[in-house]
Amino acid sequence: MLNNTSTNLNINQNKQTTNWKQKLYVIFDKGSTTIGLALLFIIMSIITTDFLTVDNLLNVMRQSAVLCIMAVAMTFIIITGGIDLSAGSQLAVSGVVVSGLIVAGVPIPLAILITVLIGGMIGLFMGTVISTQNIPPFIVTLAMTTILSGIAFVYTEGTPVVITDAVFRQIGRGYLGPIPTAIIIMIIVAVIGHILLSHTRFGRYVYTIGDNEEAARLCGINVKWVKTGVYAFGGAITAIAGIVLASRLSSGSPNAGTGSELDAIAAVVLGGTNLFGGEGKITGTLMGVAIISILNNGLNLLNVSSYNQLMIKGVVILLAVWLNSIKARKKASV
Amino acid sequence: MSLSPNERGRYEVNSPIIELKNITKEFSGVKALKGVSLTVYPGSVHALVGENGAGKSTLMKILTGAYSKTSGEILYNGKSIENMDPKNSKKIGIHCIYQELNVANYLTVAENVFLGSQPVNSMGLINWKQMNEKAKEVFASLQINLDPKHVAKNISIAQKQMIEIARAITQEAKILIMDEPTSSLSERETEILLSLVTELKNKGVSILYISHRMDEIFRVCDTVTVLRDGTHIKTLPMSEVQNVDQLVELMVNRKMDDYFNKIEVPIGETVLKVQNLSKTGVLKDINFELRSGEILGIAGLVGAGRTEIAQALFGLLKKDTGEILIDNQLTKINNPSDAIKLGIGFVTENRKETGLVLKQTVRDNISLPNLKKFTKSLLVNKKAEKKVSEDYKQKLNIKARTIEQTVSTLSGGNQQKAIIARWMIQEPRILILDEPCRGVDVGAKAEIFAQISHLAKQGVGIIMISSELSEIVGMSDRAIVMREGVIAGELSKDMITSDNILKLAFGGGISA
Ligand SMILES: Nc1ncnc2c1ncn2[C@@H]1O[C@H](COP(=O)(O)OP(=O)(O)OP(=O)(O)O)[C@@H](O)[C@H]1O
Ligand SMILES: [Mg+2]
Repeated sequence: MLNNTSTNLNINQNKQTTNWKQKLYVIFDKGSTTIGLALLFIIMSIITTDFLTVDNLLNVMRQSAVLCIMAVAMTFIIITGGIDLSAGSQLAVSGVVVSGLIVAGVPIPLAILITVLIGGMIGLFMGTVISTQNIPPFIVTLAMTTILSGIAFVYTEGTPVVITDAVFRQIGRGYLGPIPTAIIIMIIVAVIGHILLSHTRFGRYVYTIGDNEEAARLCGINVKWVKTGVYAFGGAITAIAGIVLASRLSSGSPNAGTGSELDAIAAVVLGGTNLFGGEGKITGTLMGVAIISILNNGLNLLNVSSYNQLMIKGVVILLAVWLNSIKARKKASV
Repeated sequence: MSLSPNERGRYEVNSPIIELKNITKEFSGVKALKGVSLTVYPGSVHALVGENGAGKSTLMKILTGAYSKTSGEILYNGKSIENMDPKNSKKIGIHCIYQELNVANYLTVAENVFLGSQPVNSMGLINWKQMNEKAKEVFASLQINLDPKHVAKNISIAQKQMIEIARAITQEAKILIMDEPTSSLSERETEILLSLVTELKNKGVSILYISHRMDEIFRVCDTVTVLRDGTHIKTLPMSEVQNVDQLVELMVNRKMDDYFNKIEVPIGETVLKVQNLSKTGVLKDINFELRSGEILGIAGLVGAGRTEIAQALFGLLKKDTGEILIDNQLTKINNPSDAIKLGIGFVTENRKETGLVLKQTVRDNISLPNLKKFTKSLLVNKKAEKKVSEDYKQKLNIKARTIEQTVSTLSGGNQQKAIIARWMIQEPRILILDEPCRGVDVGAKAEIFAQISHLAKQGVGIIMISSELSEIVGMSDRAIVMREGVIAGELSKDMITSDNILKLAFGGGISA
C-alpha cells in the first residue's frame, strides 16, 4: 500500500519536472538568440554610460552595416551546408578594385557595377569548383583567401588607394534624410536576401540542398546550378559590403576586412543557422549581427584592449556553436 | 535438490524480463502514448502492431532510451530503472534495429556491422583482419553474399537492412527490438530473417517484433499487443487470434473488406517502350512496354535488377546500350530533371536517404518537385501550396498535427505517404513506385492502392516494384519477373499468381 503511493508520487514529480524542462527548452529553442541579444543590451546599458544614447546606437548600426551585408551572403552559403572563408579577402579585393576604378576616373555607378560583377565572378568561380569538382567548400574558399589577398596586395603594391571623391564617400558616411546611407543599403540587402530565401523557389532549393542533396536531385533540382548560384550571389553581395567599407574608410586597403569572415560566420551561427546546413533565417542573422556589433561597441566603450576583445569574441563564438549543437542534439531526441 | 535445467528454464520463462508500466509520452503537448503497458518474457517473440502513428516506434524508443518518457515506469527483472538512457539500455542488453536504417555510407560493410564495438588488438588498434573475418562469418550464417570490405554507400537498401541484422547478432542482445525489419526485404531474405528470429528465441532472447506484414506475425510471434492512437488496446497470445481479419479489426477499429481497391480500367496506348536496355553486370537486354492506364508489376528477388530499371528510366543509372521511347519518341534521359520534364515520377525505395528533406515541414516535402506550379512572378504562392498540401494530407490520410509539422517527427508510414503525395501532385504520365507501401499499415495501404488505381483510371501508366507478392498479384494488370538482371518472364493478368512469380524468380519454368 505504502509502497504504491510512493511510486505514484514519484511518477507525478517526474512528470512535472519533464514538463517544466520541456517548456524551458521550447523558450530556449525559439528565442535563445533574442534572449541573448536582450541580455547583452541590458548589461551594456547598465555597465556603460554611453551605450544607451541615440548617437551611439546609430553608430553601432552604421558600423554593423558591412558585417550585416556579409552575413546575409554567408547565411545562404551556410544553409547549403557550405562555408566561405574567403569573404574577408573578397572585401579587400572589392575595396581596392572600386577605389582603383574611381581614382582612374571611372564614373561611380559604373565603378560600383564592375566591382559587384567581379565579386559575382569570384563567387561563380568558387561555386563552380565546389559543385562540379566535389571539393569541400572549406578547402576551396581557404585557398581562395590567399589568392585574393595576394591579388589585392599586388594590385595596390601594398599601400591603400586613397579616394578623394566626396560623392563616393557619401555611401559609407553620408545620410539620406536622418538615416545613414549605409544603414539603408544594409536594409535593402537584408530584405532582398529574406525574400529570396523565404519566398522564391531558389531559396527553397537552398534549404533542400543543405538538408538532403540526393533528395533534391531526385526532385529534378539542378543542384550544381543552385550551389554555384549561391556562391555567385554571395560574391556579389560581399562586393557591396566591400564598397561600403571602402567608402567609409575613404580608401581601398588590401588589409581591410581581414578576419571579418569569422565575425560573419559567428553572426550567422549566433542567429540560429545550422552550421551543417538546411536551417536558418535572415531575421536570425540580423540578430546575430546585432549581438556581435553591440559586443564590439560595448567592449570599446569599456576600453577593453583589442587583444582581450579577440579572446572574449572567441569565447562568445565557441559558446554560440556549442548552444547550436546542443539544440541540434535536443531536437534529435526530445 | 537442485533444479533441473528444464525446470529452471521454465522458471525464467514465467518472470518477465522487461515491464513497461503506464508509459506516457508527450511531444510538445501532444500525447503520442497514453498510459501504455507492455510485459516481455524471456524467450518470447512479442509482436507490436497498430496503424501508422499508433506509437509503436515511440514506445520502443523509450525502451532503448532514445526518447525520454513523460511518465510511467520501466522495470528490468522486477527492478525499476529510473533513467533509461541509451547507455543503460545497452548495459541491460537491449538492442534495437530501428525502422529508419542507420548505416554510415562511407564506412565499410564490416565497420558498419561492428559500429561502436570494433574488435581491437593488444595495442588498442582496430583489428581489421578479425573484424572482416567475423563479419564474413555472420554473413555466411545469414546466407547473404556481401563483401565486408565494400563501402556501404553503393549497396542496396535490403543489404543495408541485413547489415543492421548482422549488427544485432554480434551484439548478442538479450532483448532485441526489430522495428519493421522486413519492410525492404524480399521473400528470400525474409525467410532467412524469420528463421533467425526463431533461432534466437530458442536461445532465450526476447524479441519485440514490429511489422505491418501480418503473415509474418502469425508465423513467428507467440504474443501480440495492439496499439491504437497511443493507447493499449489488447495483448493476447497468438494462439487466441483466429485470423488476420480479427487482428486488423483490432488495429483499425473497423472491418476491412477490400485490401487492394483495384479498379478495372480500359488500357490505352503504349506510353513507354524500353528496348534492349543493358548495363554491364546489372541489367541485360531488357525489353518491355507500358500502356496508359496500366499497372505493370515488377517482381523478383532483391538485387535482381528491379530498382535498376527504375533508375535507368529516371536518369540515375547510365545505360550502356538500349533505347527508351516515350510516345514512340526516342528520349535522352541523363538526369532526374530530364525524366521529370518527360512526365516521369519516381517514388524511391529508401525514403530517408533519397526522398525526405527531414528538417523541413510536411508541406515543403509534398510540394518540393512541384514548386514551379505554385510560382507566380518569381515568388512562391504559399497559399496555393498550402491548399494543395492540405488536400493531399486529407486524401492520403497523412497523420500529422498540421502540414507545418517537421516531417522527421511523423511516423514512418506517414512519411511514406507524404512522399507519394509529392509525386501525385506532379501529375506524371508515368509513375514509378519502388516499394510504395514500405512501412505502411494495412488500412493506409488500401488508401494508397485506391489512389494508385485512381491515377491509372486517369490514364497514368504505372510501374510498381514490390517484394510483396500479394501486392503484385492484387494490383498488376501485367507483371514482369526479374532474375539476375534479366527478365525471367512476363505474366499476363490471369497468369499472375504467387506460384508463377516465385518459380520465375528462382529460375524455374511455369506451366500454363
Ligand atoms: N519527435 C517527435 N515529435 C513530435 N511528434 C512525434 C515525434 N516522434 C513521433 N511523433 C508522433 O508520435 C506518433 C507516434 O509515432 P510512431 O513513430 O511511434 O508511430 P508508429 O506506430 O511507429 O507508426 P509507423 O507504423 O508508421 O512506423 C505520431 O503521431 C508521430 O507524429
Ligand atoms: Mg514506426
